[in-house]
Amino acid sequence: MEFLQQVINGLALGSVYALIAIGYTMVYGIIGLINFAHGDIYMMGAFFGFFAASKFNLPFIPTLAIGMICAAVLGVAIEKIAYKPLRNSPKLSLLITAIGMSLLLENGSRLDFIFGPDYRTYPSNLLPSQIIKIGALRLDSLHLIIILISILLAALLQIIVFRTKVGKAMRATSFDKDAAALMGINIDNIISITFAIGSALAGAAGVLVGILYSRIDPYMGIMPGLKAFIAAVLGGIGIIPGAVLGGIIMGIAETFTKVYISSKLSDAIAFAILIVILLIKPSGLLGKKSNVKV
Amino acid sequence: MIRNSLKRFAIFMATSIIIFVILTFIINQNIINQYDVRILVLICINIMLALSVNLIVGFTGQFTIGHSAFMAIGAYAAAMLTINLKLPFPLSLLGAGIIAGFIGLLIGIPTLRLKGDYLAITTLGFCQIVVVVIQNIPQLGGAQGLTGIPPKTTFAWTFFTMIVTILVIYNIVHSSQGRAMISIREDEIAAEAMGINSTKYKIMAFVIGAFIAGVAGGLYSHYMMYIEPQSFNFLKSMDFIVYVVLGGLGSIPGCIISTAVLTYLPEGLRGFGDLRMVIYPILLIVIMILNAKGISPSKLFKRKSKGRDKDAIA
Repeated sequence: MEFLQQVINGLALGSVYALIAIGYTMVYGIIGLINFAHGDIYMMGAFFGFFAASKFNLPFIPTLAIGMICAAVLGVAIEKIAYKPLRNSPKLSLLITAIGMSLLLENGSRLDFIFGPDYRTYPSNLLPSQIIKIGALRLDSLHLIIILISILLAALLQIIVFRTKVGKAMRATSFDKDAAALMGINIDNIISITFAIGSALAGAAGVLVGILYSRIDPYMGIMPGLKAFIAAVLGGIGIIPGAVLGGIIMGIAETFTKVYISSKLSDAIAFAILIVILLIKPSGLLGKKSNVKV
Repeated sequence: MIRNSLKRFAIFMATSIIIFVILTFIINQNIINQYDVRILVLICINIMLALSVNLIVGFTGQFTIGHSAFMAIGAYAAAMLTINLKLPFPLSLLGAGIIAGFIGLLIGIPTLRLKGDYLAITTLGFCQIVVVVIQNIPQLGGAQGLTGIPPKTTFAWTFFTMIVTILVIYNIVHSSQGRAMISIREDEIAAEAMGINSTKYKIMAFVIGAFIAGVAGGLYSHYMMYIEPQSFNFLKSMDFIVYVVLGGLGSIPGCIISTAVLTYLPEGLRGFGDLRMVIYPILLIVIMILNAKGISPSKLFKRKSKGRDKDAIA
């Protein structure tokens, strides 16, 4: 029973990682950039949700929506201002710009006249936690809601990517940007939409984590961002189901290490798993091996 | 040819000794305060680290973002060698370099098979593992950090170690091994087709880089007298990558200047208070965007060659 309990906890954590990892993987799939600022968009999403909930006393669903919309707007703005001028320059310059963006969001939001350096507490009445007992299992309703919402969002994303025209354009762009442009696809718009969707999912993850742990601060995005990125690589970067799978594996692995091995070493073990998997299967769990053509 | 390189060597040594004498004079006459001396020492240490990253990323084209792990290993190893084994300072620096280089070899052999972003994320993971492992070893001070390291690093030590590093990197790059490394950066498959053992040279660059980072870490710990694991996390490695990219990948003078400027910049902005934490990343982004438009500090130091900097790491 204890085991099953931990699986649920791991799933809840993993679905948060999965939501962030989807954004990493989508952006990477389309412009080949490791968007280091993504973890900070997640943090900003948490703050936007916090202000919606505490200042305007909005209930849960509008709070989540505001967190997602504001994060999406922020993501698109970052793309337009910082990444677009660098689209044709070497990858390293783009990466450094992303790091600069990440530092800017972290340090900027710590300024006194923006969010301030202290942590904030989410209002507890937003989504009250209840313990649901099934046999000997004691489940926290918050965990279940997080898992449920993550599944819903992932399903919605799947529909967008595989059942709509925009999704088709996104897949075409990530497959071959130039050929897609020749077919009349507006690449700039597609890249913006990708950033918007990825950032919205990160914003949702931020609001959900804010509700679950009730504490948010400007540096909260660093570690989850890093782990979500690892999750994306683990599943095969550029592949959306891979990001979900990777996120869940990371979440469960982290929870199990904390419970059964050592809470201090949990971070190290997460990275060790990554290195081992990459050495065995360098393209990630769901990645296809691509041959280099000369 | 030989006379030419001897002449260049003599000019370089003469210039560096003159710079050293001037700086020592300024320090001894108390023209600049202790705080500025500290920045000067940090600049020298950072130049060593940036050059070692430049060898791996700039010249060999292997994208590593975990280089601060070797700095951490060197810092802790040197501190342990001086405190516990009571080794003289030069020996513990050498020991730190050898230990870091050996671990670089152990990590490099399996991971350098990976390419591009996968190599980057693996080295990042290695870096975080080193940080967490040090945090969990009580003999190394754990998460609180290690105190009581004797202050042995002087300005002269750092300056001349830096000069030796510059000479070593310069000579590697201009040797046949260095040319092999550059050919791997340009096109690994073509290099292999020409009979270059790419794995060997990648590992060579990685181990030399780790060695230099280890020595620099040793200098750092004996200067600060206090080290904590969290200060060596992957963000520190990012700093070195920034120095290298801004100075121009594969450029030694550009790398030295950009490191000096960027190490000083956060301190120079101190007057702006908290805002300096925001100004620095904004400057970084603006410089990168200007760079893409062709207004670049790195272009000043690039030797002219055809199609070289087009996509150094693409």
